[in-house]
Amino acid sequence: MPNDSLKRVDFIFDKDYNCKEVLYDAFKLTRDEIIEEIIKSGLRGRGGAGFYTGVKWKYAREELADEKVVICNADEGEPGTFKDRAILEEVPSKVLAGMALCGKVIGAKKGYIYLRGEYNYLKPKLEQEINKFTDILHSELNFDFNIKIFSGAGAYVCGEETALLNSMEGLRGEPRNKPPYPTHSGLFGKPTVVNNVETLVYAVMVFKIGAEKFKNIGIQGSSGSKLFSVSGDTPKSGIYELEFGMKVSDFVNEFGDGDAKAVQVGGASGFCVPRKAFDKTTIGYQGKLKGNSLPTGGSMMIFNSSRSMYNVLHNYLEFFVEESCGQCVPCRIGTQQLLKGIEAIKKGKKSSEYLENLLALSETMRLTSKCGLGQSVGNSFSSIVENFKEEMIY
Amino acid sequence: MAEVNELVKSLSHKHGKERGSLLPILQGITEVEKSLSAEIMIEVARELNISTAEVYGTASFYSFLDTEPRGEFVIRVCKTISCDMKGKRQIVKTLEDLLKIKVGETTHNKKFTLLETNCLGWCHKAPAMLINDEVYTDLDDNKVKKIIRKYRSK
Amino acid sequence: MKDKNKNIAEEMVKLTIDGMEISVKKGTSILHAAKQLGIYIPTLCHHEDLCVAGNCRVCVVDVEGWNTLTASCATPAIDGINVKTLTPKVRKARKDIIALLVSEHNTQCTTCYRSTNCELQTLSSEYNIDNERYISVLKKDVEIDKSSWAVEIDPSKCIRCQRCVRTCSQLQHVNALTVAGKGKEMRITTFMDLPLNDVVCTNCGQCIIHCPTGALTERRYFDDIWNAIGDPEKHVVINTAPSVRVALGEMLGFPVGTRVTGKMVTALKKIGFDAVLDTDFAADLTIMEEGFELLHRLKRKFVDFEDVALPMITSCSPGWVKYIEHMYPNHLMHLSSCKSPQQMFGALAKTYYADKKGIDPATIVSVAGMPCAAKKFEANRPEMNDSGFQDVDAGLTTREIGYMIKQSGMDFLSLEDSEYDSIMGESSGAAVIFGATGGVMEAALRTVYEVVTGREIPFKNLAITPARGLEGVKEASIIIENTTPEYKFLEGVEVKVAIAHGLKNARTIMEQIVAGKSPYIFVEIMACPGGCIGGGGQPIPTNDEIRRKRIEAIYAEDEGMKIRKSHEVEEIKQIYREFLKEPLGHKSHHLLHTKYRKRNRY
Repeated sequence: MPNDSLKRVDFIFDKDYNCKEVLYDAFKLTRDEIIEEIIKSGLRGRGGAGFYTGVKWKYAREELADEKVVICNADEGEPGTFKDRAILEEVPSKVLAGMALCGKVIGAKKGYIYLRGEYNYLKPKLEQEINKFTDILHSELNFDFNIKIFSGAGAYVCGEETALLNSMEGLRGEPRNKPPYPTHSGLFGKPTVVNNVETLVYAVMVFKIGAEKFKNIGIQGSSGSKLFSVSGDTPKSGIYELEFGMKVSDFVNEFGDGDAKAVQVGGASGFCVPRKAFDKTTIGYQGKLKGNSLPTGGSMMIFNSSRSMYNVLHNYLEFFVEESCGQCVPCRIGTQQLLKGIEAIKKGKKSSEYLENLLALSETMRLTSKCGLGQSVGNSFSSIVENFKEEMIY
Repeated sequence: MAEVNELVKSLSHKHGKERGSLLPILQGITEVEKSLSAEIMIEVARELNISTAEVYGTASFYSFLDTEPRGEFVIRVCKTISCDMKGKRQIVKTLEDLLKIKVGETTHNKKFTLLETNCLGWCHKAPAMLINDEVYTDLDDNKVKKIIRKYRSK
Repeated sequence: MKDKNKNIAEEMVKLTIDGMEISVKKGTSILHAAKQLGIYIPTLCHHEDLCVAGNCRVCVVDVEGWNTLTASCATPAIDGINVKTLTPKVRKARKDIIALLVSEHNTQCTTCYRSTNCELQTLSSEYNIDNERYISVLKKDVEIDKSSWAVEIDPSKCIRCQRCVRTCSQLQHVNALTVAGKGKEMRITTFMDLPLNDVVCTNCGQCIIHCPTGALTERRYFDDIWNAIGDPEKHVVINTAPSVRVALGEMLGFPVGTRVTGKMVTALKKIGFDAVLDTDFAADLTIMEEGFELLHRLKRKFVDFEDVALPMITSCSPGWVKYIEHMYPNHLMHLSSCKSPQQMFGALAKTYYADKKGIDPATIVSVAGMPCAAKKFEANRPEMNDSGFQDVDAGLTTREIGYMIKQSGMDFLSLEDSEYDSIMGESSGAAVIFGATGGVMEAALRTVYEVVTGREIPFKNLAITPARGLEGVKEASIIIENTTPEYKFLEGVEVKVAIAHGLKNARTIMEQIVAGKSPYIFVEIMACPGGCIGGGGQPIPTNDEIRRKRIEAIYAEDEGMKIRKSHEVEEIKQIYREFLKEPLGHKSHHLLHTKYRKRNRY
């Protein structure tokens, strides 16, 4: 296959290395040196937003506070994403090591794993792992750091870091106004780093293979590899670790069923790539939301030509209507309007021109919503509507 | 009432009396009682020294904290895209026929509640459902029937 | 390390808004910075009394280089940013947001009580919103909650800005209202969506005056009053509270802070009330009863060495009374047993007044014109029937009175002044200041000090300044010297008093009491921030700037009065001479004092 940009790697699930040793070596460095390495590696958050991990740690490190907190965001709820569950099930110690590393760097003694309620069954095993790990941490690495699991209770929006913090404080899981950012004022006002499960594992990976080497994986601006959750119309659904920079066409060649008409990159809040754009689209961070390169939390869902993209969009919008926290106007009402709007057009109660109204509204939602949830509803909406207009109308 | 009191007290003893303990306490109650009654939310409010409205407002935000009565086994069928594409509707219909209830309802014997839920994180093994904390994936009619049979005899 | 060693208060940031440069204190929101430049950015969820929410997004502005628009209320000014408040992008976004709110709203403005005083209506009109732009997502079959005597909730008018919820929690520490559900089910409600009458609501009505729309209103009773006035068999009397006269004008074309006492009396007479009387008369009476109750408690403590509940706390504010009944049911003995002026008035209207005027009390309809929502509940307390009838038939808010005057078609601006009717129309300046926080305390001290020492209280012009102003909890202390022989037992005693307004501050006082650490002898508590001038029945809007102006008007009214002390009012002397005999006497106990009940906190 010429130009195959699909490069499989095996870092995350590779059980061939000992986290303790990696940490032992990393702990020999100063805190600032560790941050320097992470920054140098170009590691960015794997939850979807893609903030530079080293910079986040640096902010938290610079805060003066008696107590700081590390939180592992395991509230994986994006439709089509299931890789964090697999990590926690198969290589939990790597996640714990990532948390400890962050704790060491920023000066935190407490870590929490915010585990979504849907994954409650993971808890007993994970707790055992935590006990084992912290014993080693205390006795062999001489680091006083403790980790607890906090269970979510069924709210997609709690994946947003400030909503997650509110939830942990016993409040409704509504996103907060930013600033202040969690690194300045997070859990109960303490400087807090919230990192995705996968990000923490890669942070450890940086010290396993070195920042230079890590940086050379993937493409510029999108260093390293990424776990992809592949589902939909594919004979090979599952979790795959691939380098950043792959082309959607290569991805479809590998995973499609031969009849793919669209790939949804990044779940309900991501972008829909139609067949005609497969060749022109790569997966990575630097595309700044629109354009040829798409960021993703790792959800790759393939739709073949038997699927109605109206139904797909309808399903997404129903999801958002329920999972919006409801506090801000553009998101609470906007999601309802988009859903009602496409229904009305489909039923012929509104003319096809009404789609333009809705597209404009989705842009307003992007511009004015309080958090990433409302801001990204327009991603799937506009990319599906613009590429599959006929399916919306007829 | 006394039992309710004891449950709340034991949970607050375990998790603490701060506001930050609210979710773990409500989850603990839900584990035992399956849902949050008005009486028990009042006890929680008293225990944590917050208002009942705050307890209710918080609980009602989370789909796993039910304030309506639920059966012993709460079935949550994933309705998000992959499961929808892979036959979730049929699974729901099978369950409705088996249990003789509609989505959102609880059987007369208070054994089962049937709900739909958003993405469970098993898109590659769709359709999927949760029964309490247990996951069931790659569902089809036969599998669903077997699973329900198993729970009926529990 | 970040900023922590510097004095943040002194740090300034410089930014540009719509081409104008401005320096503001670090932490100032873009909204406030713009305001300083005279730039008006529309808001809905924002209220000066409350913490920032950033929910409605109407106040979005464009900051150069930023990816999205930002809510100016929730974004602090940052050094060097260039803000634009009126670009087409901003205007379109605002318009969309307002249109979205309209699509969720019950837009039957023609029949809405808040029409022409509704923030959504104003914005929608200003931005020329097309009602058809979006499909209506208004929930069908939502019922209006009319369970409470005082507050009515119409969820179909709610824009979910949470101002009421923040009011109920932050200003009042009541938390009767909450946000529940999420997504499209997100709503403002009570515990388990119970009717308001079944939860811990104090009826203070602060939610009403903080609501931008018609979702929260007082229960209206003016139609009943018009009917009573039209009934020749009925003798309809109204008494108006002190703070009504300094706020009513706001609804009728006068600037904030205008005293309209005389015009109000004229208007009410023209409307057809058979007598227009002054709640201040009952306020003076309250001072007599409450003052002597305090002295009685002190005597029991210092002379009889009894275990008396001190501090004694005022009971004029029915929102506060219901609050303590719910929240501190084991400390009700601290409340003065005095009824509020409204209820004293009611009990006397159907006894003393009826008797004097030779009117059958069964035909009297007693109406109270109040700055208050809770007074409606108080009037309907089942125990308030010591006259043999329901003592007060209806409580009207300042707003309802304003609407009655509007309905009458009078030109309020050009009305002549007139005097209150007699009897029960005469009063002192001490009674007028009941309307402002600290006023009851000041009035009581003017009388009690004189009773105990035989001398006027030693403050210039009788103005007890420590009791005045908008500080949440105020304290004052007087050492009693050279008493009259009867009060020898108070010689040298330091009388420490405190004043709290807003239930949040009431809680501070109560927590001290619960902890056994209250240093006070006498405490005044008013449920509403600013006292009655900021009451839940007052004109909307109400904020600190407006509160201050109403307070100034109150003190100006006091200073202009011939009589400044309750015990010097001729009609007060007369009622004790001819009817009550003495403060705390048998008749007083029967008509003017009451008991409280324990209520559930949860």
